[in-house]
Amino acid sequence: MLKITNLRTSINGKEILKGIDLEVKAGEVHAIMGPNGSGKSTLASVLAGRDIYEVTEGTVEYEGEDLLDLTPEVRARKGIFLGFQYPIEIPGVSMASFLRTAVNEHRKFKALAPLSASDFLKIMREKKEMVEIDSNLTNRSVNEGFSGGEKKKNEIFQMALLEPKLAILDETDSGLDIDALRIVANGVNKLKTAENATIVITHYQRLLDYIVPDFVHVLYNGRIVKTGTKELAFELEERGYDWIKKESDLKLNGEDVKI
Amino acid sequence: MVRTLRFNREIMDTLSTQQYSDLFLKHKDIFLGDEPKFLQEIRIKAAEKLSTQSFPAKKNELYKYTFLEPYFNNGFKKNIIPKPITFDICDMFRCDVPTLDTHLAIVLNGFYYDTKKLLITLPNGIIYGSLAEAIKQYPALVEAHLSKYITTDDSYVTLNSAMARDGVFLYVPKNKSLDKPIQIINILLADEELMVQPRNLFIMEQGSSAKIVICDHTLNDNKYLTNSATEVYVASDANFECFRMQNEHNEAVQVSHTFIHQEAGSNVRTNNVTLHGGVVRNNLYVNLAGEHCENTSLGLFLTDGTQQVDNYTFIDHATPNCNSNQLYKGILDNKSTGSFTGKIMVRKDAQKTMAYQRNSNLLLTSDAHANAKPQLEIYADDVKCTHGATIGQIDENALFYLRSRGISERESRLLLMYAFAFEVIKQIQVEPLQIRIGDLVEKRLRGELSRCNNCAMYCK
Ligand SMILES: Nc1ncnc2c1ncn2[C@@H]1O[C@H](COP(=O)(O)OP(=O)(O)OP(=O)(O)O)[C@@H](O)[C@H]1O
Ligand SMILES: [Mg+2]
Repeated sequence: MLKITNLRTSINGKEILKGIDLEVKAGEVHAIMGPNGSGKSTLASVLAGRDIYEVTEGTVEYEGEDLLDLTPEVRARKGIFLGFQYPIEIPGVSMASFLRTAVNEHRKFKALAPLSASDFLKIMREKKEMVEIDSNLTNRSVNEGFSGGEKKKNEIFQMALLEPKLAILDETDSGLDIDALRIVANGVNKLKTAENATIVITHYQRLLDYIVPDFVHVLYNGRIVKTGTKELAFELEERGYDWIKKESDLKLNGEDVKI
Repeated sequence: MVRTLRFNREIMDTLSTQQYSDLFLKHKDIFLGDEPKFLQEIRIKAAEKLSTQSFPAKKNELYKYTFLEPYFNNGFKKNIIPKPITFDICDMFRCDVPTLDTHLAIVLNGFYYDTKKLLITLPNGIIYGSLAEAIKQYPALVEAHLSKYITTDDSYVTLNSAMARDGVFLYVPKNKSLDKPIQIINILLADEELMVQPRNLFIMEQGSSAKIVICDHTLNDNKYLTNSATEVYVASDANFECFRMQNEHNEAVQVSHTFIHQEAGSNVRTNNVTLHGGVVRNNLYVNLAGEHCENTSLGLFLTDGTQQVDNYTFIDHATPNCNSNQLYKGILDNKSTGSFTGKIMVRKDAQKTMAYQRNSNLLLTSDAHANAKPQLEIYADDVKCTHGATIGQIDENALFYLRSRGISERESRLLLMYAFAFEVIKQIQVEPLQIRIGDLVEKRLRGELSRCNNCAMYCK
């Protein structure tokens, strides 16, 4: 589904991603962990098409196509969804008109007729129940004045409406209370099929109790320095990142060691 | 009106005002006609004053952003009596807001247009219609208010006072309310280049209330110049709301002057949406003459091409305990210019004044230009006064967020522009009008606005 090869990106001349290789197949769940500032959000944004990052090297293939060639909106319509680490507040744009426009753009792309107002409301209601989002939130402007947790829930709500093939959830779990975390995880699990895939970026092993990953990657200093299974997350929880950092720094110096 | 260019600069400066007072003198008989004495005096005084004034020069602080004199120094036709044009108004407008139920007042080329009745008295004593007719039928009422609220020496206003012949009159007696808004449609439709100078007078007696909708339209491509003046007297505890939509073509020049006089406890709300126009200058003077007044002045302008829209406001807190609130927003495309000058005067005794002002501009290109000039003059010490001006571009983070949900760049930009404008639109309190204006603004932003379906008028 997604194949990233030697991806390097920089911003304002500063290199952030320094050669990422990652392959995600349909049906898989990948977790990406890593210390602050290591480039996780940058990777997510580049995949979603944010153009402030310059891709200096490498390729990204999505369903056999060159992803980097596509505009953000076309990527979205082709099934890529980014759950933002920091969802943007957009005063004056109502949730309803935003969501309806988005859903109908997706439908147009699939050559489907736009949803009628009543059909749209029906679907909205369904998904709202699924992610247990407060009804009043959808009467407001996009994310405006939403609490941190509400913003995260709203991301999952949008994901539920747009039914992406590849969801990239950037720290959707941070700032959620225990119940909300379960709801969000349930939402992700309910939407999971053999045809779609999920990349969850997280700092907490806890989320992975709910959303069980097939692979856990550690991103450090712009590179994926370690890949493992769920157990790796436990190890990180226990030991922190220092050992990984050391291992990786040594590796960069040409020494292959295991700490 | 031939311009002779051999004059030196100083004389040139006064040439155009001079030519208007000459025009006045030449047609003195028609201007003064059998008008009541008070009006004759107003006109003569204004004409005399005009001959001593000049139109604001290029460097004039008040008209810094919009130099209008060349437009006034034109060879345009100036009709002293209406030139008959018959047309079926319903053929020209098709209203898609049937719920916008209004009393209609049409002003065609500066003259009240009605083939049957020039003044209408509603069952509760409210009178509306032609100002010229009101002068004939209710001279005492007009005399008590006409030219009483002009708080500027602006020569364009003097010109209007000397030469205006007609416009809309409204009288709302004590404690009476208009059942539905009055909709004034200013139509420009002539077969030649035309200058018009309508004059409106709205009198709101104590405790009365009224809503007014004004639409300015050009109906063909001729060049037009409008120099209009409106005086509003709002007695104590009265409520007045005026929504104005300006939608004129690129070759039209409009200068409007609005004077609002508020007595104690009155509440006034004006909202001026400029959808389109060549050169537009709106002057709003608010005199808070009694305590505990509320004033809200809103404006929205959407410009493109080389259009110029310039809003000037002067809120005069002459008495204590009044609140004023201004919000002006502009979306500027191409090489257009939008300007806002907001003067707030808080006089010595006007303690406990609360005055807010905000002006935000959204520039869509690097060639578009916004001028923002707040002017605060505060002579009282116990006041709350804030002002803020912003000039910015579309928020790239918001744009990316929308696009990342599959919404095209164009559509995302439109959503963000509309959101920017909506802050003003949502304050329109006549709900069907709010929806209608919302639609028009959206169409305008999409570049789909056409002249024939742009009117929010009631027409069956
Ligand atoms: N616009 C920018 N200009 C300069 N540096 C940037 C910019 N955006 C990101 N960076 C830098 O890139 C690096 C990676 O940032 P990124 O947000 O991808 O980290 P992250 O792994 O998501 O961190 P966190 O766990 O804190 O969310 C950081 O050092 C950050 O400061
Ligand atoms: Mg991050």
